[in-house]
Parts: sequence; C-alpha cells; structure tokens
Amino acid sequence: MGSNGDIHSRFRRQLYITVTRLAAFIVLGSGMILLYIPFGEAFKASLERPELIESGGGMALEEDWDKIENGIHLRTGLIVAEGFELVKGTCTTCHSAKLVIQNRASRQGWKDMIRWMQQSQGLWELGESEERILDYLAKHYAPEAIGRRRALEIAEWYVLEEEE
Amino acid sequence: MASRKIGIHRLYAQDPLQADEQLWGRKPQALSRRGFLRRSALVAMATVLGAPIVFAEHFPAGLIPAALAHSSEAFALPGKAPGLIVLNDRPINAETPPHLLDDPLTPADLFFVRNNGLPPQQSTIDPSTWTLTIDGEAARQSKTYTLTELKAQFRHHTYQLTLECGGNGRKEFNPPAKGNQWSMGAIGCAAWTGVRLADVLQDVGMTSKALYIGYYGKDQHLSGDTSKVVISRGVPIAKALDEHSLIAWAMNGAPLPWLNGYPLRLVFGGWPASTSGKWLQRISVRDQVHDGPKMGGQSYRVPCRPVAPGTKVKDEDMCIIESMPVKSLLTYPQSGAMIKEGRRLSIRGKAWAGELAAAAVDYSIDFGMTWKPCQLLPAANRLAWQSFSAKVDFPQKGYYEVWARARDSQGSSQPMLLPGWNPKGYLNNACHRIAIKVV
Repeated sequence: MGSNGDIHSRFRRQLYITVTRLAAFIVLGSGMILLYIPFGEAFKASLERPELIESGGGMALEEDWDKIENGIHLRTGLIVAEGFELVKGTCTTCHSAKLVIQNRASRQGWKDMIRWMQQSQGLWELGESEERILDYLAKHYAPEAIGRRRALEIAEWYVLEEEE
Repeated sequence: MASRKIGIHRLYAQDPLQADEQLWGRKPQALSRRGFLRRSALVAMATVLGAPIVFAEHFPAGLIPAALAHSSEAFALPGKAPGLIVLNDRPINAETPPHLLDDPLTPADLFFVRNNGLPPQQSTIDPSTWTLTIDGEAARQSKTYTLTELKAQFRHHTYQLTLECGGNGRKEFNPPAKGNQWSMGAIGCAAWTGVRLADVLQDVGMTSKALYIGYYGKDQHLSGDTSKVVISRGVPIAKALDEHSLIAWAMNGAPLPWLNGYPLRLVFGGWPASTSGKWLQRISVRDQVHDGPKMGGQSYRVPCRPVAPGTKVKDEDMCIIESMPVKSLLTYPQSGAMIKEGRRLSIRGKAWAGELAAAAVDYSIDFGMTWKPCQLLPAANRLAWQSFSAKVDFPQKGYYEVWARARDSQGSSQPMLLPGWNPKGYLNNACHRIAIKVV
C-alpha cells in the first residue's frame, strides 16, 4: 500500500468524519432546542429519562429504546420480570444497571447493599418499594454455587498457527 | 480493518477530544455492522453509557460493553483480541483481557480503569492552573505548588510500576462479594514519570508525628453531591517515602489518560491501586491512619484472621491491605487456541509480587501434577512486573489447560484454588490458566 493510497483513504476518512460530526451536531442541536422549549426546567430530568426525549424531541430516537429480547431489557441488560420497572427506576438513578447485573447475592446480601448505599451513598428510604426490589433481586440475581474454581469458559476456539 | 481500529486507540491516547469525535463517526458503523440493536449512533452511545448523550463526549475509544466483547468482530484487534471489557459505565470500570497485556509495558489505551466516582470533566481540566496542596496536622506548613512548579523544582524520575486493583479476581469468590466483578485484568504496568513524593514532602516538612498520608482528588460523587468526597485513601509514611513512590503526570512518555487521573496522580507500585489517587489536588500528612472515605469499614480491608467462606466480619476485625500478593498472568496465547499435534507452543506472561519480586514462574499442563520452569526476566526496576516465557510440548491430542504459578522472593507461591475467602473479595491471586486444544 503506497503512501498515496494512505493519503487518499485518510482524506476520505476525514471527509466522512466531518460529515458525520456535522450531521450529529445538527441532529443533536435541533433535538436539544426542541426539547428545551417544551420542558424548560424538566430538561435536566429528560436527560435521565429518555422516554421524555422520545415524546418531546422528535429526535428520531428509536422505537426500540425499551426493546426487550429474550426477556432482557436491552438498554439496561436487566431481566424483565415483576419489579423490573421499579428496580430500573430506583437503581439506575445513581449508577449503571451493570453494577446490579454483575453482582449476585442472597436477599440478605442485597438488603445489606441497600443499607450500605443508604448509609454512605445517599440512597433514600425505599419504603414499601424495598420489599418488591428485594423480591426481584433475590429471585433473579441470586448466588450460584461455583465452587473454588469453575470450568474454563471458552468464548470461541481458534486455530493458532505458530512458527516453529 | 482491524489494525485501523488500534490506530483509533492510539489516536485517542494522543488526542482524546478529537478521537472522541472520530469515535462518533465510526462507532455506529461498527455497531450496525453486526446489527447491534440497529440504533442510531447517539442511541448506541447512550446505550453503552447507560445514560443519554450527555456523557457521550466522554466515552473513550477502546471500551466495549461486556455483552459485545466476545462477539463483535468489528472491534477485534489482530489475533481476535477484543478491547477493554466494561464492567460498569457509571462509574466507569473496565478491565483488560489477559491476552491484551502481552506488551512489555501496558499501553495507555489498554490500561484498566477503576473509577469510584465521575472524573472531572475534561474541559474543566487545565494543567497550566492545576495545583497540588500539601497540608495536614503532621505537615510543618500548608504549601501549594502549581504543576509547573512541581516540574521545575523537583528532579524527575521514571519508573515502571505495577498497579493492580485490590479487587482484581473478585468474580471467582464464592459466596460472591459485592462490587465490580473483576475477572483477571484489573492490572497493568506502565512507565510513570513524575517527582518523588518524598522530595515534595521533604520540601514541605513533616513533624515527627507523621504516620500516614491521605490524598484528595477532583473526581465527583456519583450522587452529584459536590460536598461528598468520592474516595480518599493513602499509605503509611514509609511507603510514601519510598524512592519509587511518585507524583506522576506522564504514563509511557505521554500525559496521563483522562480516565487514569489526568493531569496528576499518585503511583504506589505493588499496593492496591486505590492508594494511588487520581486527579490529585491535595495530600494530607496525617498523625493517624488516614480516615478518608474507603479507608475504613470493609473497604480495601481483609479479615485480620482467616475466616470461613460467608462469614460476617466486624469492621474492627478487618485490616487494611498493604502489599498485593504474588501473581501471574498468561498473556500469550489467548485462551482457546487450537494447535496441530506435534507443534510446540510458545507461552508468555507477566509476573509480579506486590512489594517483592517474582523469583520463579512454573507452568503445568497436567493440572498441577508436574511443573516445569519458565524463563523469567528480571524487573526493569523494583515494583515493575516481569516477563516470562516457555516452550510447551504436548504428549498427544486432546484438551489441556496451561497453568502458570509464580513464586515471590520470600517463597510464597500462588494457590491453584482460590485463596482465603474474604467479605469484599480482595486479593484473589489464584493461578491463571488458559485452555488449549491439540488437534
């Protein structure tokens, strides 16, 4: 590959990037203006609550924002079941749903985490919701018995060609 | 195709803002290629971040959601290497798969990220006005240096220092421990450039009561409460005065990556990386063990005495982790390699041992019944990781696991099973292993 070709592809790339950036800027900018007018103070909240963006902005944001596939809410990765909306609304206000999904604990363990978040991380009192949240977490994110070394998981076997 | 993607990673290290913009241009392309949710770029970014576009500008190149890491060819590096695996995106926590730790020094774009809060916004960071204040009840004075003064007044030092998250390997503990479920890759070794903390502390002056230092950074609490300190940890004075303990502004010869503390951080090689404060603004010289957030309670502490798995341990029975234990990783080949019968396999890896050095690394292909030695190179300097390698022969076709086991300079070896269970899942230094099929 000669340097000419490199320059060429770099130029095309730059052009592509510039156009994409411009397009993103326009879409984003107009979306924000549209949003800002009807919602005013609610604008900040709308950033946390994409459904507002969808209804208000006219940004072509996706009918599939809350798409569910195989029982998983794709945007958050949470299991869709009784209590899902409550957990999504409560937990992802401060942190990513990934923090929930990657953890496993008993009901007591999840309760301890809630207490810890209340004591040190500014989580509010959950009131009646707490039991429902615990029901959901303890049922869908319970510990698995993995022993002290589990079998290796191979995502994909591949052929390794090595020079002698 | 693939190497161009690495190019982007490199580009990001050089000019994050521009790379971010470029990322906008290419990321949706990469995603749509595998039909990932068929979303627009903005929503794809938002999805990855777990929050809408507000944070999109901060999403760094090379970070791949865990769900995609194993399946997205579009992101693969040469040799099928995926990028960093995102465990959590608010706060950002991402680890490096072992096979991407094969470089002698971990490139900035592959260095793991463990954030407790939100990093200061990039646009608000101005190195020309950045200051570091030394204060505290055991400091003789409170003194503030600009970054420029730090660079001008003190001698510069560059050391290769290993940083590993105290919770690296947490994922394997059973019963599970809460927190980010790190697999193997919350580890890296880079060449850090800065001034010795000891030189700065000496310039400020300390009283005879100095016992500990504690850092304060500019990161923000997840709740958005600016009065809350995210994390403020530290080390005993002896470690602070170690000649390898740095106040650093550069990693591998370039400014620190934004997510790794730009423009200034502490680096304490061999200790839990949480001691090495990022976005560093203040260091307090304390006459007691530092008591900032995540110093006390159960954070970065293990039971002072061994406990049975699942035991609840009182805070007062938990002791602060200091040196990390001996450990090693096989960085080549990637797990899951199939080789032809009769072929020799080259293996490579890294070994480190906290405050100590690795004295030997052995490998086994028969689940620990027999061990053979690897060639182990000396460290570039104290507290740097060490490379090892070996040529492996397999007796016949079949499934094998190559296990690596390092021994430190005081004779402690890695366990093949998980080491002692502890409530927060720290210090898992169990042997790393990779799967090989001889076909």
